[in-house]
Parts: sequence; C-alpha cells; structure tokens
Amino acid sequence: MTLGAITLGHYLSLGGILFALSVIGIFLNRRNLIVLLMAIELMLLAVNLNFIAFSHYLPLEADRMAGQVFVFFILTVAAAESAIGLAILVVLFRNRSSINVEELDQLKG
Amino acid sequence: MTSITALFYIFSSVLLFAAFRVITARSTVHAALFLVLAFFSASCIWMLLRAEFLAITLVLVYVGAVMVLFLFVVMMLDINVDSSRAGFWKHLPLAGFVGALIALQMALVLMRGFNLQAPQPSAKELELGNTKLLGIELYTQYLYPLQLAAVLLLVAIIAAIALTLRERKESRHMGASQQVRAKKADRLRIIKVAPTIEAPSAPVTSIAPIAPTPPATPAADSGTKP
Repeated sequence: MTLGAITLGHYLSLGGILFALSVIGIFLNRRNLIVLLMAIELMLLAVNLNFIAFSHYLPLEADRMAGQVFVFFILTVAAAESAIGLAILVVLFRNRSSINVEELDQLKG
Repeated sequence: MTSITALFYIFSSVLLFAAFRVITARSTVHAALFLVLAFFSASCIWMLLRAEFLAITLVLVYVGAVMVLFLFVVMMLDINVDSSRAGFWKHLPLAGFVGALIALQMALVLMRGFNLQAPQPSAKELELGNTKLLGIELYTQYLYPLQLAAVLLLVAIIAAIALTLRERKESRHMGASQQVRAKKADRLRIIKVAPTIEAPSAPVTSIAPIAPTPPATPAADSGTKP
C-alpha cells in the first residue's frame, strides 16, 4: 500500500478501526445506555463503510450497485432500531429513574 | 488521485477522532454532538467512494432525524453524570485489550490482500449517475425488500408511539364515545322509597281542660313533646 493511491484496504482498515473503537466504547460505558446505543450506531456505520467500499472496488460492473442497496436497507433498519431503542429507554427511565445497565437485573430467568 | 488521498486521510482522521470522543466524552450531550461530526465525516468518505445518494441520505436521516432524537432524549432524561462514569477506568484495560485485538486481527487480514485499485467508472455510471442507478436497482430488482422495509418502518412508528404513550391520571377530558353510549338507566336511579308514616305519639289527654287559666298551658305542652 503506497501513500499515493487509496486502495480497498485503506477503507476496510478504517472500518475495522471504527468497529474496534465502538467495541471499546461498549466496554467502557457500561453504565450509560444512551452511549451504548451511540456505540451501536458507530458499529453500523463501520459496517456500512465496508459495504460501500466493496461495492466501489468491485471489478464486476453488473453487481456494483448491490452493496449500496444493502446499505440502504441497513440504514432503514438502524433508524427503526434507534427509534424503538430510545422509546424503550424513555419508558425505562420513567419506571426506574435510572438508565444504568447494571441495575437492570429485575428480569429473572 | 493525490487530492482524493489527502481528503481520505483528513476525513478519516476526523472520523476516528470523533468516534474516540463519542466513547470517552464526559457529558452525553457532547457524545451526541461528536457522533454528528462522525456521521458528517463518514458521509464525506462515502462521497469519495462515489456513493452520493447514500452520503446525502446519511446526513438527512442520521444527522437530521436520528441524532436530533438522541439529543431530545438526552436532554429529557436527568442523568447523573458521575455515577454513570463509575467503572470507566476499571473497564479500560480489558476494553483496550479487546479493541487492540480486533484491530490487529483486521490489520493482519487487510494488509495482505485487498490492495485493489479503484476501477474506472463505467459508461453507464457516468451517464446516469449514482442516484438513478440506485433507484433503478431498488425499484426493479429489490422491490419486494423495499416494501418490507416500508412495513418495518411502520411497525417501528407504531411500536415507538405505543411504548411511550401514557394516560395522564390528572388530566380531565371527555370521552365522547362514552357520552354517546350513556343510557338513562346508567345515570338515573329510581328508588321506591317506602313512605315512612310517623307513628302517632301518645294521645294528648290534656285537651279537655281548655285553658281556663294561662299558666296551665306550658305544663300541658311540655307533657306532649316527648
């Protein structure tokens, strides 16, 4: 990998580092559910970056759009996920007046 | 090519810095704002990859809708910052180890291969543009998944409203349907009340002496009262 041209590996490394950062974020912010949701959004962003990079560097011209379509659907699902996640979080805060993950041990099973 | 290289390094360093600040920021509002910055720079990187429609969608949907939702929720909840930061330094070694492991494994794989050069844009791509190509693909080959995604969004809307809607106990409002359905029998109760007939008191015996003298009548009255 020379510095001159950006290859597929550059984008994939960026996605990998971003994913690793958000895993670290999930470990560090065990107490704050909102930051956990943000870390999940970052993970989805890293995955989307990989999809788009692969679709851009694909030599086969016919399939090149498939990766972007997939990113489109991931964006849809991620928006739905964050909306429902935040709604659950609001209800949780109303009932427990805390969003600490370690206090949420009511569910026995 | 060199300008694209320079832009890639600038945007990716901003993206990584913003992601780092998201997970380490002290206040949740700052974390949300840095996440906005991360989305913006990711959108710029997607533009370098010639995915213009998705880049704009990322800005519109994420920065415009999802992050505003995040900020609303963050400001609505009253979070104790200090207690939510407890255990931050305790978890740091494990987190750093796992993160470094992930990054190392990725690097081992990625450094070997994947140094493809970008192919030249095809003639169709140059003629139609990214947005039109994506639209053609979505509405022909992926029409059924698109409808499923729409249904999924509808489900998400209904779920979010149903979860957070609550009846306020103290609010007073009229239930129109209940008002219409009310019958006379629900509101009005006719009770047959047995007439209470007062039993006649003890017969007044002292009627006969019709007050020849005025001082006699108070005595007679006091006698009849009980």
